[in-house]
Amino acid sequence: MKIFRIIPLLIMFIIASGIVLNAQCKAFAKRTCLPELGAYTHDGNYHAAVLMEGEEAELYKTFYSGMEYRMSVCGDENLPPVEFTVLDVNKNILFSSKEANNAKTWDFKLQSSQQLRIVLKVNSSTQQGGTPASGCIAIMFGFKIKT
Amino acid sequence: MNKLLRIRNCFLTFFILFSVILASCRSGGKSENKSSDTVNVNKANAAVYEDIKQAEKIFYTLPSPLESAMLIKSAGALFDDNLLNAVENTKKYNTNKSMALNLGIYTCDLSFASLYDQTQLIIDYMNAAKKMADGLGILEAIEQDDIDKLEENIHNTDVIMEIVSQTYLNSNSYLEDNGQPAVAAIVLVGGWIEGLYISTRLVDMKDFNGNKLVGRIIDQKLSIDILINLLESSKGNPAIDELIGEVAKVKTIFDKITLKTSPVRPEYDQNANVTVLKSEVQANLTPEVFKELAAAVGEIRSTFVK
Repeated sequence: MKIFRIIPLLIMFIIASGIVLNAQCKAFAKRTCLPELGAYTHDGNYHAAVLMEGEEAELYKTFYSGMEYRMSVCGDENLPPVEFTVLDVNKNILFSSKEANNAKTWDFKLQSSQQLRIVLKVNSSTQQGGTPASGCIAIMFGFKIKT
Repeated sequence: MNKLLRIRNCFLTFFILFSVILASCRSGGKSENKSSDTVNVNKANAAVYEDIKQAEKIFYTLPSPLESAMLIKSAGALFDDNLLNAVENTKKYNTNKSMALNLGIYTCDLSFASLYDQTQLIIDYMNAAKKMADGLGILEAIEQDDIDKLEENIHNTDVIMEIVSQTYLNSNSYLEDNGQPAVAAIVLVGGWIEGLYISTRLVDMKDFNGNKLVGRIIDQKLSIDILINLLESSKGNPAIDELIGEVAKVKTIFDKITLKTSPVRPEYDQNANVTVLKSEVQANLTPEVFKELAAAVGEIRSTFVK
């Protein structure tokens, strides 16, 4: 019957491990992504997750005319580079980090407000049969304060 | 023999539990958003949600309280402290839902006060937001050090905005990382409704046509589907289910606004080192629909702050 005492402990350990991993993403986002915003004020929203090689994340957000934005995308150092692509509602590609020398930030402004979709993809570098790496990815947005 | 069977069953149960927990832990809870493609979205935005199932993690994000306040300020609106939720109301909020909604509301009010250099209000609203964050058990979201730093830099807008941004980030990252995405979503909804409430109240009906603030309100139509998807990802949570019903009323009114956008053309401005997304927009919001929207938003906001 020892097993009944061990199972809850193991479950608690597994859940705690997940929380610690996510908490590391918060620290990672603040340490790595936030400084990339530079003179742009971070909007305060948090978007981070643990992804594996070859996996994707998507983000939907409205951006407003007259505002000047910077988006910053970061991936854990043990992950291959994270690519990001910005699309409009008609799926037209507006920006691709791959075509901009693997840029990690993008500065932009809009003539009229738009809902945009940002696709983040962790490249795959592990050979077949190998264990794919996993780690935190984060995306942050900043804007210029106009006083 | 029976004993052996019991042990085997225990191991089986353990491995099933282990697999389920492991799957749910990875990717920060990727399954939470998968039902979102069932939401009825506007024709213009429908295409963008089509490939949704391909991604491991989907983020739906609204303008943060900071951005909402900036949108109001950039439209040239004047400050009116009567529109803010009174800080004395903090003692009325005892449930997680009311504290989460009012954390968003007070953060929006704090941002609004910060952008208009309302020194005493900045301190008052930071304290009000702190009470909500503390009530939700959000550790280290707003520390006394933050309030002290705020007081020391009370005339420095850049530092104040940085502190507001950091404290808000601390709150929503804590909620996301501790398995409370529904509470994080409620905070965002509170801030978004407060921004919309303040905007609608500041519109001068004598100066309706061509009013920049009216333009900002029309822009929120672009976020209504994102908001619904965000809430749908936590469907089943009673507080979220209530909010879905209330937001649906606002969506019905936003659906009466026509918004046509020409294709977006990215152009790189070498002098400014920035990409300009060029497009033209045509929108039609009548004063009658605006009044209907303002009344619905006012009604929802009054239930949030009561």
